[in-house]
Amino acid sequence: MISRNLIALACTTLLLSACAPQDKQTITVSGSSTIAPLMAEIGKRFEAQHPDVRVDVQAGGSSRGLQDARSGLAAIGMVSRSLNPDEQDLSPFIIAQDGIAMIVHASNPLDDISSEQVVALYSGRLSDWSDLGGAAGQVVKVHKAEGRSTLELFLKHFKLDNAEVHPDLVIGDNQQGIKSVAGNPHAIGYVSIGTAEYEVNLGAPIKLLALDGQPASTAALLAGQYPLQRELNLVVKGDPDANTQALLAFAQSSEVADLVEQHAFIPAP
Amino acid sequence: MSSSTPLSLRPNLDWLLRAASLGCALTAAVVLLLILLFLTQASWPLLQQPASLLGTTWQPSTGQFGLQAMLGSSLLSSLLALLLAVPAGLLVSIWLIFYAPRAVARVYGGMLGLMASIPSVVYGLWGLVVLVPLLGAWMPPGASLLAAGIVLALMILPLLMVQADVALRESARRHLPAALCLGVSSWSAIRRVLLPAAWPRLWPAILLQLGRALGETMAVLMVAGNVVQWPGSPFAPVRTLTANIALEMSYATGPHLQALYLSGWLLLVLALLLMALARIYGSRT
Repeated sequence: MISRNLIALACTTLLLSACAPQDKQTITVSGSSTIAPLMAEIGKRFEAQHPDVRVDVQAGGSSRGLQDARSGLAAIGMVSRSLNPDEQDLSPFIIAQDGIAMIVHASNPLDDISSEQVVALYSGRLSDWSDLGGAAGQVVKVHKAEGRSTLELFLKHFKLDNAEVHPDLVIGDNQQGIKSVAGNPHAIGYVSIGTAEYEVNLGAPIKLLALDGQPASTAALLAGQYPLQRELNLVVKGDPDANTQALLAFAQSSEVADLVEQHAFIPAP
Repeated sequence: MSSSTPLSLRPNLDWLLRAASLGCALTAAVVLLLILLFLTQASWPLLQQPASLLGTTWQPSTGQFGLQAMLGSSLLSSLLALLLAVPAGLLVSIWLIFYAPRAVARVYGGMLGLMASIPSVVYGLWGLVVLVPLLGAWMPPGASLLAAGIVLALMILPLLMVQADVALRESARRHLPAALCLGVSSWSAIRRVLLPAAWPRLWPAILLQLGRALGETMAVLMVAGNVVQWPGSPFAPVRTLTANIALEMSYATGPHLQALYLSGWLLLVLALLLMALARIYGSRT
């Protein structure tokens, strides 16, 4: 009986010692929830190549990314916009670009929409397609739920206050938005350009509207002409160590371009 | 006790079964208690200022967490579902028991079992791609309280019919021959004898389905439109408490997160109340 107990004790000790900390460096990445899923996959691929490094990705919004990178809580911050002039103490590393397209049903005669029309629609001043040059019918406005970064960019670009917007339909993710617009000839909505183009290629009956005369396409986005767009950035403060630099270079390299495209973003130039 | 004693004669096995069943029963109760405790603790800071929670405005970015409209929408959509499902379910059960040919009834019963096992998200998807466009062509925008009610009704109908079937069959077995011996028509027998006799068992079944409808998330999220407001008509979009949690949970922090936990707390308390009601009515048989 005693010998059995001893064996059990020895096994427990061995198991516990396996839990002891090893000489692994942890790179903490925090910030934008738009970038976090992509960054988590980039991190996994990086870990496979660098067994001595662990990449820890935490989502909490772009402002937290900036804060954590400044305070040193995180080695890298994720920020889903370009840096403001008062944020020049941080150095940005662009990893991808993203744009938002206004979409309508494929049967809608409209091809082009202006920023003023979008603002008028979502603030409730216009409510009928005939006001926009289409066939008569009530416009069904599809809007994003609170907290989405797509919503933030949409509101910021069109200078709208979310309390003034009276939508007819509030959706969660891009897929639900596309299904809602595809099922309703009177609907208008906005989703990530990459996702919308992908669905159009699969045959979804939706149409990407040109915004202020600029066609909504990844090509126009790449050329920098499409107005409703943003950069997805990693930011660091000061000079990062060798492993962090390697991770930054890796996130910008062509080795992760397939991951970027999977997440419906456009790889950085 | 020697090892040659047959298993069925060993009293320590009785003890083991008793301990195991008691353990499982306690675990279930403790888990429920822990969930309630956790939700209460997580939403405590907001629970202390109930005035802000009773408003109709839900604007997390400006710190307004009014749950009133969403609580109302949850209740309205579930009640609408019951209004659609209960009469239809009862009529179908009566038809199955008293009027349908035996072979048809058997096939139909099997089909009900199949319908009950369809995941609710499938009903939601059907609602999103078929029902909402249909309603939208008639009364835009389509995604509405009515759509949520119809999808929920379809979802709870099969189990409601199964339970009604059991209750009605039992009451028919007990009372139908006696009732028919009095020479009344089968319509009077069903209405005056069978339904009243089965009611104490039907009522808990209906409450249980109400609980399911209240808790349904994905199907409602896909068809209800999710606009936070008191609906002015059945064709207005609404957002239920469950849909709100699913929509915003992954993006919420601070008080916003507490407000979502509070929605969960409200749902749990509502469900517990319903179960208690069902239990009270069930014990009156």
